[in-house]
Amino acid sequence: MTVRKVLRGAIGVAGFLLVAEAAGRLGLIDPTILPLTSTVLGRTIGLAADGDFLSEVGATLLACFAGLLIAIVLAVPAGVALGTLPKVERATRPLLEFLRPIPSLALIPLALFVFIPTHNAKIALIVYACTWPLLINTMYGVRDVDPLAKETLRSFGFGSLAVLWRVTMPSTAPFIATGIRLAASVTLIVAVSVELVAGGEGIGAFLTHMSTGAGNMDFVLAGTIWAGAIGLVANFLLTGAERRLFRWHQERVGGTS
Amino acid sequence: MLEINHLRHSYGSHEVLGGIDLKVDEGQLLCIVGPSGCGKSTLLRSIAGLLKPTQGEILINGVPVAGTPDNLAVVFQDYSRSLFPWMSVADNVALPLRRKGMSGARRRTSALEALEQVGLEGAAAKYPWQLSGGMQQRVAIARALAYRPAFMLMDEPFGSVDAQTREDLEDLVLQVRGVHGMTIVLITHDIDESVYVGDRVVVLSKAPSRIVGDLSVGLPYPRDQIATRQLPEFVRLRADVGRLVRGVPG
Amino acid sequence: MTAVSAQRPGVARRVAGRILSLWIMPVALVLWEVVTRWIQAVYFPPPSTVLVRLHELWFSGSWRTFFLTDDAIGNFLPSFTRLAIGWVLGCAVGVGVGVALGRSTRLSAYVDPLVHFGRSIPPPTLVPVFLVLFQFGGSMQVATIVFGVVWPIMINAIEGARYVDRQYLDTAQVFSLSRLDRLRRVILPAAAPKIFAGLRISVSLSLILMIISELVGSTDGIGHRMLQAQGLFDIPTTWAAIVLLGLMGFLLNTTFLLVERRILAWHRGARRTD
Repeated sequence: MTVRKVLRGAIGVAGFLLVAEAAGRLGLIDPTILPLTSTVLGRTIGLAADGDFLSEVGATLLACFAGLLIAIVLAVPAGVALGTLPKVERATRPLLEFLRPIPSLALIPLALFVFIPTHNAKIALIVYACTWPLLINTMYGVRDVDPLAKETLRSFGFGSLAVLWRVTMPSTAPFIATGIRLAASVTLIVAVSVELVAGGEGIGAFLTHMSTGAGNMDFVLAGTIWAGAIGLVANFLLTGAERRLFRWHQERVGGTS
Repeated sequence: MLEINHLRHSYGSHEVLGGIDLKVDEGQLLCIVGPSGCGKSTLLRSIAGLLKPTQGEILINGVPVAGTPDNLAVVFQDYSRSLFPWMSVADNVALPLRRKGMSGARRRTSALEALEQVGLEGAAAKYPWQLSGGMQQRVAIARALAYRPAFMLMDEPFGSVDAQTREDLEDLVLQVRGVHGMTIVLITHDIDESVYVGDRVVVLSKAPSRIVGDLSVGLPYPRDQIATRQLPEFVRLRADVGRLVRGVPG
Repeated sequence: MTAVSAQRPGVARRVAGRILSLWIMPVALVLWEVVTRWIQAVYFPPPSTVLVRLHELWFSGSWRTFFLTDDAIGNFLPSFTRLAIGWVLGCAVGVGVGVALGRSTRLSAYVDPLVHFGRSIPPPTLVPVFLVLFQFGGSMQVATIVFGVVWPIMINAIEGARYVDRQYLDTAQVFSLSRLDRLRRVILPAAAPKIFAGLRISVSLSLILMIISELVGSTDGIGHRMLQAQGLFDIPTTWAAIVLLGLMGFLLNTTFLLVERRILAWHRGARRTD
């Protein structure tokens, strides 16, 4: 069954590539505008060995990692605090509800003013964008903690810090992991966007640079394919890690719903 | 009316139905009873055309079943998943009538009539999930009635309701059968129920199941939850069916 | 708070309570005003300046144009149009293809890898591609929005349509519903909660993609106007645009949630009694 599924998937991908190639060769699509699939695939493989392109990819990924890390350090403790202190949460809720809908990319021009090298502006925006899924998932997770588990530990004379460390944090961890996965998928979108607008280094800057020169569409598409591949791998790794680390959580959630 | 010849079915290497032969006459109320996991539901799904049996044939009025027969309605055990939660009770009952080429107004009148027959005329505008389990199963019965089938299949229809509701629903089935005179095949694991409701009880063995008993129930109508169950004939039949279900030689 | 809820407050008191719970908003605004005036930060104008700019730039027009200025009409209209067209197209394609794929295991086995790859491409990377393919003008922005929102919608629709309760389908078959009725009255409603989950994500995503497509390759629109202000070092206008986009995001989300609540009322009701 799974073998057949993999086979069908492979046939689907191969079919798509062949149709696109044929459309180009038969003149249905103008190859000077949209290059042949074989050309694009060749470029894609070529870019993997291209030091310049790799350093652009590195710059993007570095910003993503840095932004995500800073966001975790800021948003997870904030989420725990808001989750454990309902009064503070209630007071700040209108403020958060007002800030949350502000689209992160609307802040690009402002960030470019405030954070001087483009690289810093990029990281700052990634932090902003990642904060929301992290904060909300953490808060939700803390509120979801079984009160009985907390009571049990307290009845054995443990203090609130011990309760936080031994009950609240472990049972919130899967929610934080979900927040991290959601935030990670946002980082690449924000990073590429800032690079497209402001240039500097990174995949977005590479794409802008290539698309302004005529006849470089094959490079642009190859870069896009790599961006997709990075997104795919990141999602695959994070989903896999989440499943492996928190199997107990999935079972519990699956069992009650 | 219904004729089943040499019906066999297997899931992979696990044989559930081991050759079933059965004839049901027009207007009969047949109860099929058997131990749990004996393939009762597989049998019902085959008759309803929801499942293609591995071997054998099923004829309704002499026509082989391929797909779901037109004049057949089914009442499932799990009412909460067989009624659509996004439709009102009246819409649920009226839905199957769309296929009958009726106007919207006629569909609605038929649905309300059917609801009245099951004593739920007041619930038409409600959603199924706003009703109790027993009431939801009444809605499912009303839906089957509105469809005016010649043949009604009921798959453990009262398996998920409490005892009191169960008795009310058993009487409801007897009552609508009296009014409409359709053929009914009711599947149950409850021995008392099969004897109380049916004019005939067929007992299935454990998987791979075969028919191990076929009893005619001669209890008088109208049946009564207390008086009928006290009759010596009822007690005798119940004991017979019970022995057959447990596989104890009579 | 507990004393009030103990005696079941009237509507007036509940509304008053709601308003009182917003106390942090004026406090934050005043604080922001005082601090920014005090430290005179160049990039952080006081909120009063931003609001005045927001008003005179876009909302000080004649009553005939609903108080919108020419600048507002010239930039809001193209933005909204592209957003609406892109979102609706993305929804139509995403739901249509998603439900078809969800109902056919075979078909979805063939295209699954392509769908997952398509979803993984960060949509802004396609702005340069579409810029070349469609040149400037409306289609590049619309294409970016469609490409971005179509994947989350499609993936949720696939899941929703794939896991329709077997008993619903059995019921539809037993009562010989036509194919169209089965789709419209059984499969689509059963998949609706999942489909709406995808649509909810797509609302904020479409706004983000509208902004990036206008920041990069546009000659009009709110994003373009914001970029212009940035180039002119016009900081209050940049802030006014941020506030405007924030309000837009808020309104779009709120409207969507209201519609969703209405359409999926049965779902919440059924879940509560389960």
